[in-house]
Amino acid sequence: MIGQLIIEGLAIGACYGLFGVAVAIIYKTSDVINFGQGEMGMIATFVAYHILVQYNLPFWMAFIITMIFAIILGMVIEFLFLRPAKDPTVLGLIIITLGAEMMLMSLAGWKWGAEQKNFAFPLSVSQNHEVFPGLVLNEWSMGVFVLTILIMLFLFLFFRYSKLGIAMRATQQNQNAAKIMGIKVERVFSFTWAISSLIGAIAAMFFAARSVLDPTYMMEPFMRAFAAAVLGGLTSIPGVVLGGICLGLIENFFGYAWPHWKPIVAFVVIILVLTIKPSGLFSKHYVKKV
Amino acid sequence: MDMKRNYYEDIEVFGSIAVTVWSIAFLVFTFTLPLYTPNYYIYLLNIVLVNVILAVGLNILVGYTGQISLGHAGFFAIGAYATALLMTHFPVPFLPALIIAGLIAAFFGFIIGLPALRLEGPYLAIATLGFGLTIMHIIGTWDVFGGRMGIHAPPLVLGIPALGMSVVLNSDIKMYYLILVITVLMVLAARNLMKTRIGRAFVAIRDDDIAAEVMGVNLTRYKTLSFAISAFYAGVAGGLYGFIVGFFDPFSFNLILSIVFLVMVVVGGLGSILGAVMGAVLITYLQYDFLKNMGELPVFGDLLISFSRKWFTVIGLDNFGGLLLGLIMVLIVIFEPLGMFGIWIRIKKYWKTWPF
Repeated sequence: MIGQLIIEGLAIGACYGLFGVAVAIIYKTSDVINFGQGEMGMIATFVAYHILVQYNLPFWMAFIITMIFAIILGMVIEFLFLRPAKDPTVLGLIIITLGAEMMLMSLAGWKWGAEQKNFAFPLSVSQNHEVFPGLVLNEWSMGVFVLTILIMLFLFLFFRYSKLGIAMRATQQNQNAAKIMGIKVERVFSFTWAISSLIGAIAAMFFAARSVLDPTYMMEPFMRAFAAAVLGGLTSIPGVVLGGICLGLIENFFGYAWPHWKPIVAFVVIILVLTIKPSGLFSKHYVKKV
Repeated sequence: MDMKRNYYEDIEVFGSIAVTVWSIAFLVFTFTLPLYTPNYYIYLLNIVLVNVILAVGLNILVGYTGQISLGHAGFFAIGAYATALLMTHFPVPFLPALIIAGLIAAFFGFIIGLPALRLEGPYLAIATLGFGLTIMHIIGTWDVFGGRMGIHAPPLVLGIPALGMSVVLNSDIKMYYLILVITVLMVLAARNLMKTRIGRAFVAIRDDDIAAEVMGVNLTRYKTLSFAISAFYAGVAGGLYGFIVGFFDPFSFNLILSIVFLVMVVVGGLGSILGAVMGAVLITYLQYDFLKNMGELPVFGDLLISFSRKWFTVIGLDNFGGLLLGLIMVLIVIFEPLGMFGIWIRIKKYWKTWPF
């Protein structure tokens, strides 16, 4: 029983972590908290749903088209909403991303209506396999584990060795110096949003497979993923995944003991972590300069 | 823009004769408004007034102290539930119940102000957001608060029924006058508060908290105080809101409501009482009236319906309002960061120096 709780917690936590990584990538590079991240994933999932239902394409094709859509969506939002803002304040940035969130949510409601739909995801939660004796793992969890490891590996290699990844890290450290070194900062931002939107869309599909698909279904997972990101420290990508896994475990055990209060565990965790260690558990301490 | 020559000119409520005359004219206008507006609009006006109280309170926090709150729906809910429950379960008359509700909300504001001492920017937004959602879940889970089914507000009785001196405010018009008086008092109080030592401390914290601390402003005290005052306003607004709608459940105080409150302040203009009032009026009108009936506009409505029949769904057309609201949020930050108050200042300047 305990082992099963841990496995479940690890799986859902990894999914939170994956979505948290999408938030953290944008925050790392451009100091913007993207409150619209959940809805960007939601729209992408709706596009996949639309392709599956309307055109009867196989899932892998719908998946590829959705990924391309997610990349374009991320770039478009960055280009239309964030780039024109000159010297925005923190509050201004929050309002912009919240506005983007509302627009995307209304757009989905306008196009697909508010009723709940089933998203036909090939990896289902109810298909169980006994991997080791006494340890039951469903297909969904296996998919999450494999995908999380792959994406983490990709991000590690990308940030360590590729030119673009190094440019992203340089932009994060000092935008002006990066510009002087010949890095096209605008292009880096648009790429950041693209990759974040891509990862977010993949995680959103996994969330849709667990619950139902409607215009507001990503709000709660987004909050949890955000809590995970804050728990791990928003500036370190492995920290975010670890934070997600911690949160998944805490939530699962807490939810087992007090099912009524499961939805608010994440928020209590956020408030406690922010009060005790604002920079997160796994990130370096941040000192404000005057 | 108006030059202040000494301290006493700065603390005056009305700066000049023109301002006095226009303020009185505006007050007379608002008090006679029910005479020439249809009944549905009185209900809308009540909601506008409640949102004015809330926006002014939120502006003290966001505009003057420079903190961010995405949890004001939580304080709003605390006010609504506390007022209704106090009047239903205990023999507390209306006004004390409203004030106690405001104080309870203020206490929670103080609590949430404590983590705010160490947080800033996006982290604070997330912490307050978590607070708002937690309040929503707690109210929805505990049966004391009526659970998910929501509760009815008790009849609004002004005065003490036991002594035979009481009025039951059972229509929108009667409620309108009560709420109007409370709103005017609270807006004036906020205006005066900003001219005192406390208000100046808030502004100093907004401009630079470290510099303020060096100058001797007690950050702990003033940041938590700002949260508490702002939450008090939200609590009072929530208490009144409960009576206007008559029935509410925890899900009417969701995250979208917190966002809309923040939008009111940003659209109206940060750091100005007049801006908050204008923002609250505009956004509430758009949200409750204009954006709701987009399909019934003369030419544009038909176009919209045929457009959504072709590309979207007609049944989801209600969402078009949300789309426009989101667009307004983005555009106002990009093109007019000072909000409506900035536009107002520009118009004023233009006419003052006209024809140059």
